[in-house]
Amino acid sequence: MVATAISSAISLSCALLPSQGGSTRSLLRRNKERKCRGKSGPGMITAQFELKPPPYDLKALEPHMSSDTMEYHWGRHHRTYVENLNKQIEGTELDGMALEDIIIATYKKGNLDTVFNNAAQAWNHDFFWESMKPGGGGKPSGELLRLINRDFGSLDGLIKEFKAAAATQYGSGWAWLVYKANRLNVGNAINPLPKEEDKKLVVVKSPNAMNPLVWDYSPLLTIDIWEHAYYLDFQNRRPDYISTFMENLVSWEAASSRLEKAQARAAEREREEERKKEEEWKSRFRG
Amino acid sequence: MALRTLATRRALRSGLGLGYQSTRGLKTLSLPDLPYDYAALEPAISGEVMHIHHQKHHQTYVTNYNKSLEQLDAAMAKGCASTVVKLQAAIKFNGGGHINHSLFWKNLAPVHEGGGEPPKGSLGWAIDTNFGSLESLIQKMSAEGAALQGSGWVWLGVDKDFKKLVVETTANQDPLVTKGPSLVPLIGIDVWEHAYYLQYKNVRPDYLKNIWKVIDWKYASEVYAKECP
Repeated sequence: MVATAISSAISLSCALLPSQGGSTRSLLRRNKERKCRGKSGPGMITAQFELKPPPYDLKALEPHMSSDTMEYHWGRHHRTYVENLNKQIEGTELDGMALEDIIIATYKKGNLDTVFNNAAQAWNHDFFWESMKPGGGGKPSGELLRLINRDFGSLDGLIKEFKAAAATQYGSGWAWLVYKANRLNVGNAINPLPKEEDKKLVVVKSPNAMNPLVWDYSPLLTIDIWEHAYYLDFQNRRPDYISTFMENLVSWEAASSRLEKAQARAAEREREEERKKEEEWKSRFRG
Repeated sequence: MALRTLATRRALRSGLGLGYQSTRGLKTLSLPDLPYDYAALEPAISGEVMHIHHQKHHQTYVTNYNKSLEQLDAAMAKGCASTVVKLQAAIKFNGGGHINHSLFWKNLAPVHEGGGEPPKGSLGWAIDTNFGSLESLIQKMSAEGAALQGSGWVWLGVDKDFKKLVVETTANQDPLVTKGPSLVPLIGIDVWEHAYYLQYKNVRPDYLKNIWKVIDWKYASEVYAKECP
């Protein structure tokens, strides 16, 4: 926790960017034990990201996702992203930052090959494990269902769109259900005339490690459509994997609780913008 | 099965071996046969990997390309520009998948048929001149293939305008020509996970180490000799 506090304090992007913090920030925790590494020199503090296990046993998703797949996917692929990230950021200005802030900072620099790739993949996989649960599937409820019916016509409408997005992502990548608060359909654009109808659920897909946080969306669900996610269980049959995910694995509870936090964050941001506007007016009158 | 093979053989004899078939005036594609058995590249590449790669993955690119082509034909007949434009991505992806895999199969050969034997003649000289040695070229291509994020290909190509060998990578199913109109592919190595996952799992570098044992340099030498006489 000390690590998280320090990393937020030194994070630049918290002030400059609409933060996606909150629930997602705690996904991948820093080691509580802070290490002083010889390589970084005396006095330098480095913090290591930790590979967090999925919130269920590696066998718990069988028969829909085999323990073999989980062993390789979490135990090898996910682990490699986290280990490579730790090596790459050690002693750099990224060392000590929260994972989301590393993703956004490296994205803004435009080099998507190395640190961005590992940071985003570390985050995406954590988010993916928590988008599933043993005995998943079924139907969403409450506010989430209300928005699904409003924005996709019905649950079937959403499922159809989600499946199509996941099936047509050419090559490796991810498909997402996200909550879009007052954002335009243009990456990084500020909405000059935010309206109530702008706040809605949308389905997006992203190539390789790309992650909707960089577009300022709040992800609610994701499916990994890199071949390593399904090849041992389904080989080339990606559509079967996607159907199995939607019918037997998806955790609508996780999506609901993420939606609640995303809406709270959006409301908080609006209040903040309102407050700033008011202050601006007041200072003009005073001037 | 026999019918498909016959049709493919006939198609292979004509032209570039890209397996064209004609229906209603549209030249559609068909899956080319492999010039060796699925298990003939073992232990470098398992028979299971080869079977699924050829019969399922390559077949799907062929099927989806043909589907897109028919949709394109209809859209063009109707003069529907937005559909014509919309279809480009699917045509590039599936057509690229067919072009790349057709070359990939020709780039491989069982060891007893010359797989892994170093290139002779002008290509061998050109490799030494451009990269120092065959070993350095192999090292460079393996390293670039291992570093490629997501799915794609690593290539040895020749720039036919400058008569120079190049190593390139492309994303997804983009063919080498997307990196420059004068580039002609000599060797293309598939680094999609489907090319090795059942056998090598997450260890792509091991796949890239072993594949050179079944690379057929003869085909590459012929293309090179033609482009740089």
